[in-house]
Amino acid sequence: MKKTLFEKIWDNHIVYPQDKDKQVDSYLLYIDRHLIHEVTSPQAFESLRLNNRKVRRPDLTFATMDHNVPTSDRSLPILDEISSIQISTLNDNCKEFGIKLYDLHSPYQGIVHVIGPELGLTIPGSTIVCGDSHTSTHGAFGAFAFGIGTSEVEHVLATQCLWLKKPKNFAVNFIGRRKNIHAITAKDMVLYLIRKIGIGGGIGSVLEYRGETISELSMEQRMTICNMSIEAGARAGLIAPDEITISYLKGRKYLPQGNKFDQLLDTWKELVTDDDSSFDMAVDINLQELAPQVTWGTNPSMTIDITDTIPYPDEYSQGNENQKMAAIKSLEYMGIEAGIPITSIPVDRVFIGSCTNSRLDDLVEASIVVRGRKVSSKVRAMVVPGSQQVKFAAEKLGIDKIFKEAGFEWRESGCSMCLGMNPDILSPKERCASTSNRNFEGRQGVGGRTHLVSPVMAAAAAIKGHFFDVREWL
Amino acid sequence: MKIFKTITSQAVPLPLVNIDTDQIIPKQFLKLIQKTGFGKFLFYDWRYDSEGNKKDDFVLNNPKYNNRQILLTLDNFGSGSSREHAVWAISDYGFKIIIAPSFADIFYNNCIKNCVLPIILSKPHIQLLFDNEDIMITVDLEKQQITANSITIPFKIDPSSKIYLLEGSDEISKTLKLESEISNYETNHPLYTNISE
Repeated sequence: MKKTLFEKIWDNHIVYPQDKDKQVDSYLLYIDRHLIHEVTSPQAFESLRLNNRKVRRPDLTFATMDHNVPTSDRSLPILDEISSIQISTLNDNCKEFGIKLYDLHSPYQGIVHVIGPELGLTIPGSTIVCGDSHTSTHGAFGAFAFGIGTSEVEHVLATQCLWLKKPKNFAVNFIGRRKNIHAITAKDMVLYLIRKIGIGGGIGSVLEYRGETISELSMEQRMTICNMSIEAGARAGLIAPDEITISYLKGRKYLPQGNKFDQLLDTWKELVTDDDSSFDMAVDINLQELAPQVTWGTNPSMTIDITDTIPYPDEYSQGNENQKMAAIKSLEYMGIEAGIPITSIPVDRVFIGSCTNSRLDDLVEASIVVRGRKVSSKVRAMVVPGSQQVKFAAEKLGIDKIFKEAGFEWRESGCSMCLGMNPDILSPKERCASTSNRNFEGRQGVGGRTHLVSPVMAAAAAIKGHFFDVREWL
Repeated sequence: MKIFKTITSQAVPLPLVNIDTDQIIPKQFLKLIQKTGFGKFLFYDWRYDSEGNKKDDFVLNNPKYNNRQILLTLDNFGSGSSREHAVWAISDYGFKIIIAPSFADIFYNNCIKNCVLPIILSKPHIQLLFDNEDIMITVDLEKQQITANSITIPFKIDPSSKIYLLEGSDEISKTLKLESEISNYETNHPLYTNISE
């Protein structure tokens, strides 16, 4: 029988099939890797304790601290007392239950979706969960990876399994080639996709990204695309593993060597959608005319080309009254007028970071834009590497100096201003060009205004002091 | 373990699309390490101004809507972050049911785990309820139907969620009974279920 990549991974992880007698439509699936962080795990551990349960497979469970860690000097104490309690709670829980933790002082600390692949925990054909919606990131390796709530975190801790209803197969076919591969990035590809199918377009499905351009992308770029699958509402994103995947993973810390690695490689060869498999849904996205994308509103589908003007609510909603109301509310929140060019909008802050765009590749590309230029005097700009490993690698290449000489702050790793749980936040009405994934109201700070862009577009905005078509420089 | 019973209440109308979990429970309240006490932070930035005063124009601040147990809203409710704190806040505030044309996947699952019933209805039915916002609504999960005055609207729910809500089963205990199946799976899949540094 012809199967999609997703169906192969799904079928390979069924521990207990659906119970037809009881007409129950859930399957018990095995979870190969469980990633934990400080925000969504404390209540799960507490519940285990109350029920006198243990963690079934602490050896398949890995933890780090990322969401509310400060990105300033690590030798100083954490000033925010409540954050500090959450961080020490994770420390205590990992000790009590025997879970490997990459804490604030570890050279492997970082955003959970950056360190998973770095450590070689993310492998093709596996199932990966984390109490974080951006777990979809790991799908870039051909893993079925998805975010879960805290009750499910508890269930996986106790059983290493989850009850799931089978999602649908959704093919995203990228057609054609980008005209400028440095200025038009993976971020632009995925923002454009969300603009086309909407933020609920992928509900109940797993998106498989396909097409020649996908197979030419680096692993970092593939992660950017899979990361934002959730912003289209999808359960997960998937890209079939290939030589680029293998060469990224080879030699990573938690991958076996020699014979065992060869055995894994053999299984990965099967991880491809069979020709003539049927998808429940499909969309074609043409890259030929793709321009750099910028969001103007308060969800990631409210996106336009850098050459566009801010849409009028009627134009955006195309007759849908609820969408029109949403557009009016967004424009008011964002403090911008319909009809003006997006390039005329000044920015106060620039954030290069987050699980979407904080990997070495992202920082290298942005540094090409920054080199020899200065950040606008009206802008405060920061780079927050996704992990300590990214930070060290970038510093080895001298990239930190390029950013610092231009006037960027160069910080320690963490989620930082993507969600503003640490001190890195926007003030009310401050406007930010951000490489993160969500432009929701208040996401980066109460009243803060977020425009999502690629790292090169963020770098260009920092220098010009307003949005700028980076194709002119690249 | 809570179980879901038949509920009769009026609804609180919140006619917005794509309400994300950052709006339902802003991040500054995610630092707590308990599951309780989140109700007072529900829709915080819409409910209170920067000084912590109630915003009069927000629906939850209108005394008319106090003590209603049904939240009526629009498409893609609960999108964004996986934070279960969003459902803890909704439940702690007193909502037992959310009615919308569609829900985000993770949020939907989180509702079931916390005995909050997410009901998907067609847009015309939703509009009918918005047009009659003070109507008394009775939700019967067993029969999978909503009655409001003389109108009866059936709704769909997947069987496993329905059983979970009605029986309030402890899912972890149920799974732990499958220990031999889980162990067998691990034995048969050594490449993926073992990690060595």
